[in-house]
Amino acid sequence: MKKIATGNKAVAEAVKQVVPAVVAAYPITPQTEIVEQIAEFVTSGELKSRYIAVESEHSAMAACIGASITGVRTFTATSSHGLLYMHEMTNWAAGARLPIVMANVNRSLGPGWNIWAEHTDAMQERDTGWLQVYVSTVQEAYDAIIMAFRIAEHHDVLLPVMVNLDGFLLSHIMQPLDTIEPGDFIPPLSLPYAIDVTNPAGYGGLTGPDQHFKFRWDIERSMRDSVTVIEETEKEFAKRFGRRYGFTENYRCEDAEIIIVSLGTLGKETEVAIDLLRKEGIRAGSMRLRWLRPFPDLSLLKGKQVVVIDRDYSFGRGGILATEIVAQTKEDVFSVIAGLGGQEVTYEDVADFVRKRRVGTEFWFGVNANV
Amino acid sequence: MIDRRVAKARSPIRSQPLQELDTIAEIPKEEYVLKCSSACAGCSDSLALRYVLKAAGPDTVLVIPACCTSVIQGIYPNTAFNVPVYNIAFGAAAACASGMSNAFRGAGKKTNVIVYAGDGGTLDIGIQAMSGAFERGTDFLYICYDNEAYGNTGMQRSGATPLGAKTTTTPTGKTDFKKDIDGIIAAHDPPYMATAAAAYPQDLFKKVQKALSFRGPSFIHVLAPCPPGWRYSTEKTVEMGKLAVKSGIWVLYEREYGKLSIGAQSKVAMKKPIPLEDYLSPQGRFKGIDPKNVEILKQRIAKNFAKLAAEEASS
Repeated sequence: MKKIATGNKAVAEAVKQVVPAVVAAYPITPQTEIVEQIAEFVTSGELKSRYIAVESEHSAMAACIGASITGVRTFTATSSHGLLYMHEMTNWAAGARLPIVMANVNRSLGPGWNIWAEHTDAMQERDTGWLQVYVSTVQEAYDAIIMAFRIAEHHDVLLPVMVNLDGFLLSHIMQPLDTIEPGDFIPPLSLPYAIDVTNPAGYGGLTGPDQHFKFRWDIERSMRDSVTVIEETEKEFAKRFGRRYGFTENYRCEDAEIIIVSLGTLGKETEVAIDLLRKEGIRAGSMRLRWLRPFPDLSLLKGKQVVVIDRDYSFGRGGILATEIVAQTKEDVFSVIAGLGGQEVTYEDVADFVRKRRVGTEFWFGVNANV
Repeated sequence: MIDRRVAKARSPIRSQPLQELDTIAEIPKEEYVLKCSSACAGCSDSLALRYVLKAAGPDTVLVIPACCTSVIQGIYPNTAFNVPVYNIAFGAAAACASGMSNAFRGAGKKTNVIVYAGDGGTLDIGIQAMSGAFERGTDFLYICYDNEAYGNTGMQRSGATPLGAKTTTTPTGKTDFKKDIDGIIAAHDPPYMATAAAAYPQDLFKKVQKALSFRGPSFIHVLAPCPPGWRYSTEKTVEMGKLAVKSGIWVLYEREYGKLSIGAQSKVAMKKPIPLEDYLSPQGRFKGIDPKNVEILKQRIAKNFAKLAAEEASS
């Protein structure tokens, strides 16, 4: 069904289609509209879920964990400080191998208080064992939430999935949305180790080094296996619903000499910049990274001049995406730090990054410092 | 495929109907705390849990945060408990149970969800999640077994440590009072709340059964003396609990829809308490306690008696 929706509304609409048994969430700007809409769906009876209005994000994730281990589907949504407040429990959810799905509306971290888009919040969750996807349109937010459940619940994965959408730039932007009936695209959840009182077991108790090590490796093995599951899920989604997604979204990369890599809505801005640069005779292309975990194969970047735009930073090290890309391709990039705290970055700015590129250096757009 | 990441209990469960009981001999024989747990000698946490689970029966899930019970359950791939046990981070037990209870009720299951948490996980780090779960009317039983310090990590002070007690972080004795968690719970107005002691298993058994008969949140605060932490000899665990009640420093009562009933043992203590020194002196943690603090503790006992007696009379 065609409608117009914000990114947040699209997330709630997707959740309504997938019908988690339990939604536990705590409001935070700019995620609030997601939980308000879900609460409304539950109250009106349109969504047959139990909505737990917890007193904190730490409890939101803990409640999802407690519900999930009984073998039911769960969902939560958060942002920024909320995500960081649940950090202990995000680790627990992944370690406990629970297919929880969460929408994270990317927002900067205080101090000072700043509610605008930044990716540093989700980047601080890179090492938890959560799969992470970043979306760029309202439609993609909707589709990614639906696919996230199928991926998380696949028996080769059984890990939680975080769907990231940029605060305000996507969460509050109205775009067309085509809703679907997922049907058996989302099969019923079967959790192989769900709590069974007729077969009592202990979960997450004291575990010695040897066993602990095996469980950590098991997470990594599933993370690697998730690559195939993601590919199959996106392929099946395209077959059934006509919209195709991948680990990256590439725009005019085939003959490109320069490739700009970015995440989220910046990727869409970059596509406009590419058209502008092409008119100037600069052979540039855009690669919007969708999946951060598992980190995709970026061999397409080999031998190209690469400009990476990071809306995040690891102090004392560098742009996080740039660091990850250099680690994989073993080639220098031009690392641009832009958009922190919701700083406006237009396609003209992106084109300018390309014109001024100095591979091997880092450029802070906010302070116009090349370092 | 992934490994099956659960520890297995050693024997299958048997079904057991809930029952009224008049004598301790009528307490069900089924054991849910199995042999070879990792409890210390004289541990009253595991003693209390034994009766909690006998009262709750097999259709029960225990949710435990970091606490002595996380150790007592044993090491993966074994578990000493014959009901499912879900371990969760220190501050998250009530929130986890909240999600679990909602999932069970949503699926039409009546499975008991019981949080079994220490005093640190209840009065300190877990208080926010617990308050939230009680405010939301979560259908669960929260049991705090109280050994008045962080026992699992070697006896550091908690909000439950009483005035004057020595712990590893209050080497000359605690200078603050024990937090009134029961008052805090009472302010949430749950359908049922009670105090109990591991030394009175029959009373504890009855209170657990009663608590589980209510829909919504219920709370039981169990005094759990700890031989290595309180520094008394292991065979005195039951005696310590009884001395606590007889001296009045621990009062047995229950509140049903706000109506207070003080237990018979505590009524005796309220009429004629034994000297508090009889309770304090066998415990190494109170060795050398400032006599002024003993007097303050006695005054607080008397004040608490008066407060509870007045509440019972008016309710």
